[in-house]
Amino acid sequence: MAKKKRMKDLTLWERIYLPEVAKGLSITLQNMFRPAFTMEYPEVKFMPQGSYRGRPVLVLEEHGGERCVACGLCSRVCPALAIEIQAGETDREKERYPEKFEINMLRCIFCGLCEEVCPEEAIVMSKDYELAFTKREDAIYGKDKLLVPVAELQDRIEFLRSFK
Amino acid sequence: MGKIVLDGNEVDFKQGQTIIEAAKDAGVEIPHFCWHPSLSVSGNCRVCLVEVEKMPKLAIACATQASEGMVVNTNSGKALEARRAVMEFLLINHPLDCPICDEAGECKLQDYTYDHSIGESRFTETKTNKDKRVQLGPHVMFDGDRCISCSRCIRFCDEIAGETELTFVKRGDRVTITTFPGKELDNPYSLNVVDICPVGALTSRDARFRARVWDMSHTNTICNGCSRGCNTEMWVRSNEIVRLVPRFNPDVNSYWMCDNGRLNTFRFVNAESRVDGPHVRREGKLTKVTWDEALGSISSEIKGINGKEIAFIGSPFATIEDNYILSKLAKSLHSKNIDMPEYIIPGSADDILIREDKTPNSTGAKLAGVVPQKDGLNLDGIMKAVKEKKIRVLFVMEEDIALLKPEYAEALKTIEFLFVMASNFNSTTEFANVVLPAATYAEKNGTWMNFQKRLQRIRPAVTTLDMDRSLDGLEMSRLDKFGTKWDRWGNYKKYDARPSWRILVELAGLMGDKMKFRMAEEVFDDAAKHIEELHGVTYDEIGESGFELTKKAVKV
Repeated sequence: MAKKKRMKDLTLWERIYLPEVAKGLSITLQNMFRPAFTMEYPEVKFMPQGSYRGRPVLVLEEHGGERCVACGLCSRVCPALAIEIQAGETDREKERYPEKFEINMLRCIFCGLCEEVCPEEAIVMSKDYELAFTKREDAIYGKDKLLVPVAELQDRIEFLRSFK
Repeated sequence: MGKIVLDGNEVDFKQGQTIIEAAKDAGVEIPHFCWHPSLSVSGNCRVCLVEVEKMPKLAIACATQASEGMVVNTNSGKALEARRAVMEFLLINHPLDCPICDEAGECKLQDYTYDHSIGESRFTETKTNKDKRVQLGPHVMFDGDRCISCSRCIRFCDEIAGETELTFVKRGDRVTITTFPGKELDNPYSLNVVDICPVGALTSRDARFRARVWDMSHTNTICNGCSRGCNTEMWVRSNEIVRLVPRFNPDVNSYWMCDNGRLNTFRFVNAESRVDGPHVRREGKLTKVTWDEALGSISSEIKGINGKEIAFIGSPFATIEDNYILSKLAKSLHSKNIDMPEYIIPGSADDILIREDKTPNSTGAKLAGVVPQKDGLNLDGIMKAVKEKKIRVLFVMEEDIALLKPEYAEALKTIEFLFVMASNFNSTTEFANVVLPAATYAEKNGTWMNFQKRLQRIRPAVTTLDMDRSLDGLEMSRLDKFGTKWDRWGNYKKYDARPSWRILVELAGLMGDKMKFRMAEEVFDDAAKHIEELHGVTYDEIGESGFELTKKAVKV
């Protein structure tokens, strides 16, 4: 195999590298005095916008009940089959409510289709991105973890309404 | 017979048929809410409007008789325009509560709205408010807002159930349905109104909110409530039976079934008392053991016992296959003592569907050989002989004989060896030495024969431990298809049970009589070979709607 010829041999000036090292150091020095872009996570938390798709949560109304009527559309549309619902009957005006609502966070792919299909605006994507678990059982979020007061979800709800 | 032109195609009709019936026979569905094939025509929903040439105005297909040479257009511009207008009127006062409504997914109004409506409402005024959550009777709930006043339920009560209970009250947009003063919707067929309601106005209190239609699988099977053998669909979610719904069969039950059959016949399948795994009595208590151990203990117990000292009790609730294998085993053990109990409640029948004989397969079990043989004992004789210790070993298949008569329970106390195949623990298993878990009618393939001598197939809808939904060819819902056993919905309870015929085949194998049957169909084929009445009948021939034996007799 023939030896490939270099396009151009380095000059002596280039070969000693010292000027390049100095150039690099000067860039480093310049950046030391510029404002920082990185975040000192977890000491500093990232606060996403309303458009962010974190884990899906259920809206808890001000009267203390869930907004969800357990129609099952989110469970039907979910491409990863993460949602399982069992409906039940209540005395509230909307006579149907989820007795059981479980999202398997190991299956969830954060696509937001559940939120899009929901006729009641009852399931929305939150800003919560801290989802670490050590057991499979912990990854199944029940109503205890899913229900979030409506006041905390205003950003997202406004974002959704701006696209309707 | 004449011919009409339907959407440009020539179609036959019988004299007296309406356009909608002629179209249905030709495979064309004209949209309809109030029309039902077996109810009278009321013609009030107006959605079946079609254009008939040479008629000045559009005509409703359900009330216009077809006549020779008629030219009918179901999809002309005028007809479509009219249908859209009717849909708009129907939707004016219909609430948009499909997410809450149980009918969603099998709702005629939903379907036709997708097909024929303009997609948005021009109605800006307030919708009417009617009574919601009205309990019309013990089993049926009524939602006034959803009702489109088609009067199917009223006509069903008048014409099929024969009890005038429901009626319209008020007029115009305030019209609603109620029961007559002092009456309830409590006829024995009341739940059929839920099936025929084209919207979700009438819902079953039992199945309300339990599952979405698209989350369930449905299997064609037969009701076990009486010897009518109504054709049913069994709807299952997460391996649990949610509801039974009648399936159309013109020769048996038409479109209907009774409330008792619908509500009470499947409860034992998921009951607490199910036998899970084989049990053998040790130190006075039934202990769970392996199948090999349990079967081995039976065969070693029976070895060397004279056939005269063994008796068999079959069951009119078990399939022909089960009873056939039982009688075969009796023959191979040289026993002539084989019989089964009867469950006839005189006077309980009506002239609609309900029969006096409360078992689904008494004719079939007899045909399969569960009748006392020549010189053999019948049920009373067997139990008397048990008490006199002339019979030492008793086989009981899917029966609770101790419950039938106190003398029977008394006799069972003294039996030397009692072997019971049962789906649930009951008063007979309390005396049993070995209890083997029998699969219920919802978990096995098999054949029943109803009072008309009509063979009908039951199919598994619920899985047992050694079954697999896809490998055993069961109906599957979306969750069954895509779930894994690690998902919560796939991780349901499965009972360790086997069909009775299979238990008996395995037992016969241990006792030297090698029966080579691997599935119910092979058992049936063998029965068809040996039982004269069944000659030539196969599972394929029975099919979805059954096979009447008397018909064959005419053909031969």
